[in-house]
Amino acid sequence: MTNETTLNDIRAEHGTSLWKDAWTRLKKNRLALFGLAVLTVFIIVALLTPWIAPYGYETQDLNLGATPPSAQHWLGTDIFGRDLLTLIMYGGRISLAVGFVATTVALLIGVTWGAIAGYAGGKIDATMMRLVDILYALPFMIFIILLMVVFGRNLLLLFLAIGAVEWLTMARIMRSQVQSLRQQEFVEAAVSLGLGPATIIRRHIIPNALGPIIVYTTLTIPSVMLLEAFLSFLGLGVQPPQTSWGLLISYGAETMEELPWLLIFPGIALSLTLFSLNFLGDGLRDALDVRSSKD
Amino acid sequence: MVLLEVNNLQVSFHTRNGEVKAVDDVSFTVESGKITAIIGESGSGKSVVCYSLLGLIPMPPGKIEGGQALFEGKDLLQMSERQLQKIRGRDIAMIFQDPMTCLNPYMTIGEQLIEPIVFHQRISKKEARQRAVELLEEVGLRNPGSTINSYPHEFSGGMRQRVMIAMALINEPKLLIADEPTTALDVTIQAQILKLIAQLQTKRDIGVIFISHDLAVVADIADDIIVMKSGKVLEHNNRHGIFQNAQHAYTKKLLSAIPAGTKTINTELHQPLITISNLNTWFDQGKHQEPVKAVNDVSVDILKGEILGLVGESGSGKSTIGRSILRLVPITSGTINFDGTELTSLEGTGLKNMRRRMQMIFQDPYASLNPRMSVYDTLAEPLLLHAIETKASVAKGVLKLMDDVGLARNFVRKYPHEFSGGQRQRIAIARALSTRPEFIVADEPVSALDVTIQAQILDLMLDLGGEYGLTMLFVSHDLAVVKHIADRIVVLYKGEIVEQGTGRELFENPQQEYTRQLLRSIPGRGLLA
Repeated sequence: MTNETTLNDIRAEHGTSLWKDAWTRLKKNRLALFGLAVLTVFIIVALLTPWIAPYGYETQDLNLGATPPSAQHWLGTDIFGRDLLTLIMYGGRISLAVGFVATTVALLIGVTWGAIAGYAGGKIDATMMRLVDILYALPFMIFIILLMVVFGRNLLLLFLAIGAVEWLTMARIMRSQVQSLRQQEFVEAAVSLGLGPATIIRRHIIPNALGPIIVYTTLTIPSVMLLEAFLSFLGLGVQPPQTSWGLLISYGAETMEELPWLLIFPGIALSLTLFSLNFLGDGLRDALDVRSSKD
Repeated sequence: MVLLEVNNLQVSFHTRNGEVKAVDDVSFTVESGKITAIIGESGSGKSVVCYSLLGLIPMPPGKIEGGQALFEGKDLLQMSERQLQKIRGRDIAMIFQDPMTCLNPYMTIGEQLIEPIVFHQRISKKEARQRAVELLEEVGLRNPGSTINSYPHEFSGGMRQRVMIAMALINEPKLLIADEPTTALDVTIQAQILKLIAQLQTKRDIGVIFISHDLAVVADIADDIIVMKSGKVLEHNNRHGIFQNAQHAYTKKLLSAIPAGTKTINTELHQPLITISNLNTWFDQGKHQEPVKAVNDVSVDILKGEILGLVGESGSGKSTIGRSILRLVPITSGTINFDGTELTSLEGTGLKNMRRRMQMIFQDPYASLNPRMSVYDTLAEPLLLHAIETKASVAKGVLKLMDDVGLARNFVRKYPHEFSGGQRQRIAIARALSTRPEFIVADEPVSALDVTIQAQILDLMLDLGGEYGLTMLFVSHDLAVVKHIADRIVVLYKGEIVEQGTGRELFENPQQEYTRQLLRSIPGRGLLA
């Protein structure tokens, strides 16, 4: 133990970071874990669909037509004789992708925008947030519909359009977080150490603001998926033969009296995902709540 | 007459880390007409004792394991919630530390007072209002007839505490429980509130339980003193017995932790490190209002190697001066010269380089450390930023800092929430020292800490000050602490300097009335002198 002591030489007790602590608490919440498990399964299935799907999604069997669930087609077939399980798997790929990609877009723009506005304050903040207000004031459904009409129904555009709408709330949440954080003494301490604004935002502010952001993210994904379902329902979302849960539900709704399974199974898939995300979001909110972590 | 008799009270909390005995076999009596003080540091169980009597601890995790609490002969612990409700607020009333959180911000003081009077005493609204005005007068509120229509935020902290006391007195309780009622207040206000509680107690002949972490606070008013630690009663005696003839080692430690004595000063100091001239730091209140003159035309020298104490009540601008020097708040006008460099006009790299030379220690060690960063990350950040250590040697630098402030090396990977307040303040001090500064602003660095920890941290700061050759601006509301640590003292009032001098000059021969008033307000002067 001379001058050459390094970190490896001392048996440092490993501390529990707040993230680890939150994970410990989340693990005790059964509903949240159930949500997490369901989502994990759905995501894995979605990723592997092209290899594990029982049929191709374009494979039609017009002679067969719509049949109820059977040994060959576990969830039945639609009016073109397409396997419903396959359709739901492929539809899940699109729905989940829209949910996650659009939310990531919203997350990146919203967090950056909100963090800058909140930290800079003054005129910069005012200008940035007025822009948010203006965008808020636009009837976004019309905005998306217009985009779809003008540029055609393009999946990438759908991601961007939905993301571009959802980041507004994210930016507001982030800004209010940052505003309260920058009053904190540890941020003042960072300033007096001589750290620059970018480092302070990155190292001291964003990690502490992430809790509410993560919670809001898990609640944004379902709303984005619903939005996609709604757009598809209107015929503005995904284009056949590609499909999504929203589209499947829309078709199922048309024929629900004679062919109820076409509505029931896609409905279950969507509801289960939304429930899981909400359970997970709720669990995360409890787990990340700083007040309860102090106990 | 014995009002309350607590026998063998045991309360435990069932937490994730197992069972904690918060109150372990505590017995005491409270007599009417006397003030019984319960003294202990945080975690001593002093508040849990009183809260459990009134059924106010959350159960679970809390559980009353045994014991008796006879209030006028009836056992409070055996009572149903309904029976307790009748006693709470009527026979036993409470006042709390923070009056703001206990008052409804959307109702006037009058409404909040009149409602319970009408409810409990079944008299007309008009009579109740008359009663409320009398009560406010009794607790020393000026013009109660008109202030009764004000909202809580229109009052100062001291005034709010008076209102809380008035509310507690509505139903003429026989026992008043005061939980740290003056901790959030300035010293002069604290002295007034203490006097008020003592007066009311004599006049109404009621029993008072006064919970506090600070022996000095109760030195003037308590009849009996109970000293608690880790849920146990260590010593129980009358005031004289505790202060003149303490038996238990812990009580002696508490007594010796009360800062006393004047620092012997180094007379060789004369070269200024920082010269502040005509400093004004004003905060705009919007276009149509006068700005708040937090610092108003202050000129003062901080000498190389000295500890300059800055004393004043809240709103005196003492913290703002420190923050102005560190460029944490924008100043309005004036100059601050640091060893030949003008600080007020620095920007960019020049400012960053100066920031290295001056650092700050904050009041609240719970807020001043980033909760997501381990000790290692917290200390390595400034070392690397200012290239004091290289990537290869940074671990060594971190460990050296931890040694210097007396933190065990194996805590290096731990996070702030895993430390006690005193340990956190040590981390904060290590961070301030990391840039090898010449000057440190210490903004109330010990006022959030328990008294015994306070003494340790003050000693640490004195030691390190010498070792690192630091100049320090020590901001505090506590004259006793400042007298103990500072070479020279500056007294501030409403943003302006009232008086300055060495500790001895100021304490023995204060020139200004405000200084004399501050000195009179130091709790427990008589017994501790």
